[in-house]
Amino acid sequence: MTTYTTTRTGWTFPLTLPRVVMLLLVAAAFGTLAWRFYAGLGASTNLRDDFPWGLWIGLDILTGVALAAGGFTMAFYIEVIGRERFHQFLRPAVLTAFVGYVLVITGLLGDMGLPWRIYHPIYLWNPRSFMFEVAWCVMLYTTVLFVEFLPMPLERLGLGRLLRMVRKVMPVFIVLGIVLSTLHQSSLGSLFLLMGHRLHALWWSPILPVNFLLTAICVGFAMVVFESILSGWLLKHPLDGKLLGDLTRPLPWLLLGALAVRLGDLVVRGSLSAVTEGSLQSYSFLVEVSIGLALPALVLFSRSWRETPGRLFTIATMVVIGVVLNRVNVSMIGMFTETSSYIPAWSEWVVSVGLVALGVLAVVFISENMPVRNEHHHVAYNRPKPNNHVTRGKAARQRL
Amino acid sequence: MTDSSVSMGMLIDTTKCMGCRGCQVACKQWNGLKAERTTFFGGPGYQNPPALSANTFTLITFTEIEAEDGLRWIFTKRGCMHCKDPVCAAVCPVGALQKKPNGAVAYDPDKCMGCRYCMLACPWSVPSYEWQSPSPFVRKCTLCDDRQKNGKAPACVSACPTGALQFGRREELLAQARARIAQNPDRYVEHIYGEQEAGGTGVMYLAAVPFSELGFPTVAPHSMAVYADQVMKVIPWWVMGLGAFLTGVYALFSRRKKIAAGLAAEGPQAKQQGGER
Repeated sequence: MTTYTTTRTGWTFPLTLPRVVMLLLVAAAFGTLAWRFYAGLGASTNLRDDFPWGLWIGLDILTGVALAAGGFTMAFYIEVIGRERFHQFLRPAVLTAFVGYVLVITGLLGDMGLPWRIYHPIYLWNPRSFMFEVAWCVMLYTTVLFVEFLPMPLERLGLGRLLRMVRKVMPVFIVLGIVLSTLHQSSLGSLFLLMGHRLHALWWSPILPVNFLLTAICVGFAMVVFESILSGWLLKHPLDGKLLGDLTRPLPWLLLGALAVRLGDLVVRGSLSAVTEGSLQSYSFLVEVSIGLALPALVLFSRSWRETPGRLFTIATMVVIGVVLNRVNVSMIGMFTETSSYIPAWSEWVVSVGLVALGVLAVVFISENMPVRNEHHHVAYNRPKPNNHVTRGKAARQRL
Repeated sequence: MTDSSVSMGMLIDTTKCMGCRGCQVACKQWNGLKAERTTFFGGPGYQNPPALSANTFTLITFTEIEAEDGLRWIFTKRGCMHCKDPVCAAVCPVGALQKKPNGAVAYDPDKCMGCRYCMLACPWSVPSYEWQSPSPFVRKCTLCDDRQKNGKAPACVSACPTGALQFGRREELLAQARARIAQNPDRYVEHIYGEQEAGGTGVMYLAAVPFSELGFPTVAPHSMAVYADQVMKVIPWWVMGLGAFLTGVYALFSRRKKIAAGLAAEGPQAKQQGGER
């Protein structure tokens, strides 16, 4: 565990064994990507004309964006409606979201056929296209996340004047970021609205964008909890079970809401019977909905489950797995037809795994070298600090 | 025939097709498409190559059907349907695919960035990809846009020896198809595939058996692009509504926080400090 002080100058990144392994995974991913650009997508992936989107879209992009949802859910919960006592969760969430979006763009560059044209949507417009909406959301929200992330390096570097400027405009970016996020999360679902001829009835629905947004909000909370508990264990700092439990209080209601909308929609469309059809899709749906929505919703109403970090971690992991499975179901398993199915090639796995490793390394490096868990207001603040900051600072110091 | 402002189409009478694949070869020749290495019986029956691809814009499918008078072979010619409201064009983020006034759904390789959304959105999975290329493009039938400009019918139509393929104004072809069904009700099922499918397509089919038996998907009688339009209509309102709501709530809670912290006296300068970041 490293402690942060303003006087420290060097940047540290102790190379422990897990980190070396992750660095190797990153190297393997970029090596594979280089080969993919040399050999083409056909030789380096299992993508084909009848299955043009695979693991990179399903996992790196759809899931990557969903798991970055902590950024906007916490921005709303903590900044907009002022749940100040959860403030310590905000920066890690913003950091994860920012790193997540950079990885999404990296994955996108690997998947696109002509990635050097990624800027095309800036001047070639088709406002009727969901992909056009997605492209703009990615560009704008990544910029917003960069601004929201900026205070961390700026505090670290002691650039007070710049920091003050960033803080002045921050409220605008927070509001903008939430609006863009709701658009982006939902539009990834909208992409599949036009695939009613192919996507299995358990997932295809006119309200796919709503389902994507609701599950993103749920997993926003779950990811923040998942990460705080995990980093608490790894860095051996005590966890405040009460605080985590309180943070999680809206989650069972959100999960219940997402579940009700999903099942209600299936009933309205008359597709509920597909649940028992005994196909791969029906089993995958059952796992997704029970592990990811129903069970966590029920259990999280119990205060003791919420406030025991070990138990809460299990439930948060289930919610995360549920959302990952949802995105995988929509983009891959639900898209299987009688004549075409898809299993990712080893190279696709190597890239996806390597990108996750890169994300973990980036978050770890930034957490150890910048004020992520403990903010440094004295760097740029020349006004009296509100009381809650003093107490939070004290609490943080005790924990460290 | 070459009035570029009139939407042209193709009528494919599968009852007249004898499966010679002259159209398939003519298409390859005109478009300079490479041969594919295939295996005998590599696809369904004698169909070869097995599917549309970046090197096969049109394909004769072979379907064996057991009828009362024995086994029947039915051939259909598959390829781009040249929809009236093509969903591939609706979904393309950069407008690389566009419906031309002459009826062709045309692809501009200079705009494409390779997201492959068109391939998935097409109800017939027509757009194909150059998977083997390090700088791949989408490929599909162009309705011989270039030949039309020079007053010629598409290569496949010109090559057809039996008159199974007809090229002309879509409305005229439709009237002809209706007349054929009326005159020979025993020869055709009462369904012009493409008249309604996906909101109407430029390429239309007549057949002796239901189209589902020939591997044609059942497609809604409207373009799936309507979903895009419905959702997109909401977005400006969503942005303005949510933006205003969040700004209001944010201002309210910031003010409450400031009062609670005893900073209200500092006045408007403190307002900008809303979030303690």
